[in-house]
Amino acid sequence: MSIRVQNIVKRFGAFVALDNVTLDFPSGELVGLLGPSGCGKTTLLRIIAGLEAPDSGQVFLDNHDASTADARERQVGFVFQHYALFRHMTVFDNVAFGLRVKPRRQRPGADEIRRRVQDLLSLVQLDCLADRYPAQLSGGQRQRIALARALAVEPRVLLLDEPFGALDAKVRKELRRWLRQLHNALHITSIFVTHDQEEALEVSDRVVLMNRGRVEQMGAPDQVYEHPATPFVYGFLGAVNLFHGRINGYQLQVGEENLPLAENGFQSGTEALGFVRPHELDIDTDLASRAGIEARVERVLALGAMARIELTGAMGEATCHYEVELPRERAAVLKLSAGQIVRLKPARIRLFASDSQSAEQAPYLPVEHMVGGYGENI
Amino acid sequence: MSAHVAARWTTQTRRFEKNAATREPAWVKAALMTVALLFFGLFLLLPLATVFAEALRKGWQVYFAALAEPDARSAMVLTLLVAAIAVPLNLIFGLAAAWAIAKFDFRGKQLLTTLIDLPFSVSPVIAGLIYVLIFGAQGWFGPWLIENDIKMIFAVPGLVLATVFVTFPFVARELIPLMQAQGREEEEAAIVLGASGWKTFWYVTLPNIKWGLIYGVVLCNARAMGEFGAVSVVSGHIRGRTNTLPLHVEILYNEYQFAAAFAVASLLALLALLTLVIKSFVEWQGRQSMHTSQNISEVIQ
Repeated sequence: MSIRVQNIVKRFGAFVALDNVTLDFPSGELVGLLGPSGCGKTTLLRIIAGLEAPDSGQVFLDNHDASTADARERQVGFVFQHYALFRHMTVFDNVAFGLRVKPRRQRPGADEIRRRVQDLLSLVQLDCLADRYPAQLSGGQRQRIALARALAVEPRVLLLDEPFGALDAKVRKELRRWLRQLHNALHITSIFVTHDQEEALEVSDRVVLMNRGRVEQMGAPDQVYEHPATPFVYGFLGAVNLFHGRINGYQLQVGEENLPLAENGFQSGTEALGFVRPHELDIDTDLASRAGIEARVERVLALGAMARIELTGAMGEATCHYEVELPRERAAVLKLSAGQIVRLKPARIRLFASDSQSAEQAPYLPVEHMVGGYGENI
Repeated sequence: MSAHVAARWTTQTRRFEKNAATREPAWVKAALMTVALLFFGLFLLLPLATVFAEALRKGWQVYFAALAEPDARSAMVLTLLVAAIAVPLNLIFGLAAAWAIAKFDFRGKQLLTTLIDLPFSVSPVIAGLIYVLIFGAQGWFGPWLIENDIKMIFAVPGLVLATVFVTFPFVARELIPLMQAQGREEEEAAIVLGASGWKTFWYVTLPNIKWGLIYGVVLCNARAMGEFGAVSVVSGHIRGRTNTLPLHVEILYNEYQFAAAFAVASLLALLALLTLVIKSFVEWQGRQSMHTSQNISEVIQ
């Protein structure tokens, strides 16, 4: 079943949680709602579920306006970050709850309930735990039970609010893969909220990036990663290096230095931000060359197939931090050591006009050095 | 399972005591303990013992005669009656208030929370007086009540009203922090699963607050039966009609029937002891269920 939200606005006091959000969630897909905390993604999910009412805007479930429908009537499955299992009920009773509270005419018989709960428990591979209480389960098991409970009422859509947020990294990775398999088997329209970009890119058919109550971009994982629409998306999906400069024909002038650019639509003299992924930067130890930007090696981390090199460069008053990823062999050839001065050469630069929105919101900007100024009366 | 928790807990306490950094010198310990024990004995244990000693001073016969006397019996019945009406009322009011405050956001929530505490901060005599001023013969509704031949003040309804007012906070005060700590998620989960408001309350909310609720009701009942000030103002002290046990004790004492007064008082003291036993049991049960769950999840992780 498809979901559509249209012009949703939600405020909490002066804080705008959702600012005119319109989105289409196609039928049968698993969509990841991704964004930093406070971007409105959980609020949007709760509005779709009917647990929160929008100030204005509509929610369509299967092309029917469900905006005024009660959460009970929407037939959605909701999985909470902290599981929200009924602590005084056994696993079996938890899963059976949705069936048992149905009005008498729609309620299946006791045998039918037993059969369906058993089926669901084997679906989440926890049939042996039916008599346990939630407190006797691990976090990963609890979340799987929560999912079985949500599926018991045969929801038309499945909404997951940071389902793996409270779990440790290893369990999280397992459950992620398991959720993907489950979705492949069930094909129920699902939306899941996360602030973990890796999780969103790995699990979803489609990713929605949100920031400050607005949708920044929606697309397939590789599409949003390769072609970020806004500086925010660029910064949020993976590490990024930032070069603040001025367009000068086919060059980006950064301080005293110049970076070569390909064809670009900018006028000369425009202030611009250049984004470069760590693996798109190369290091040149030949200081005689005038190409690239000068930087100082701070740390070399050779872990696995890639070596990560952290550098600092001096640009104006702010110290910039750079990160470069090189294949390990390349790093070995360069023989880098801390304190060494090198030149950074980007293979590809993505440009955004400096005044373009949300540049200053991006989480990757270099930290400005705060200087002095406490006054003398202290 | 709980042995594990207990073991860990005692280890921590023992470490705290054995550690030179956190240990007090012996004389400090001894002095503090002596003061505490003296205080405990003088102000708590001695009065309690005195009640029973005085009650039985003239022997068991006088003791039972005092309890079997018609006025004493009617005071017992009246006390039970008032508690039987006031406690269920406050169970419902307290539950409703706690539910509203803990699970919903609305304008004036802070005001309601403060108002619930009002009976604790107002002198019980004032509480009684309020009802006299409203429902008494010279009060706002006095003439109307007389016209319609309804007796509020110096009658059972007045006693119930005063008792309800004085014991209002017990259940709500007990439940609000508990319900706030438990959050709204389980209720939300139930609602999304299609449960009606009533079913959500009955199957999800109520089982979670069971022990807290019983605790609140026990305290509420103890106070309802023992209340003196507010009840004294609205009662009129009509023997055999509007005298509750605490009022009866006072009357007997004023009439120099000390043995009888203490005999009736010993009933109230027994009630207090019983309340303490139930209260400890309920606390222990509540802790037990909490500990087991925490402990098991610790073992698993």
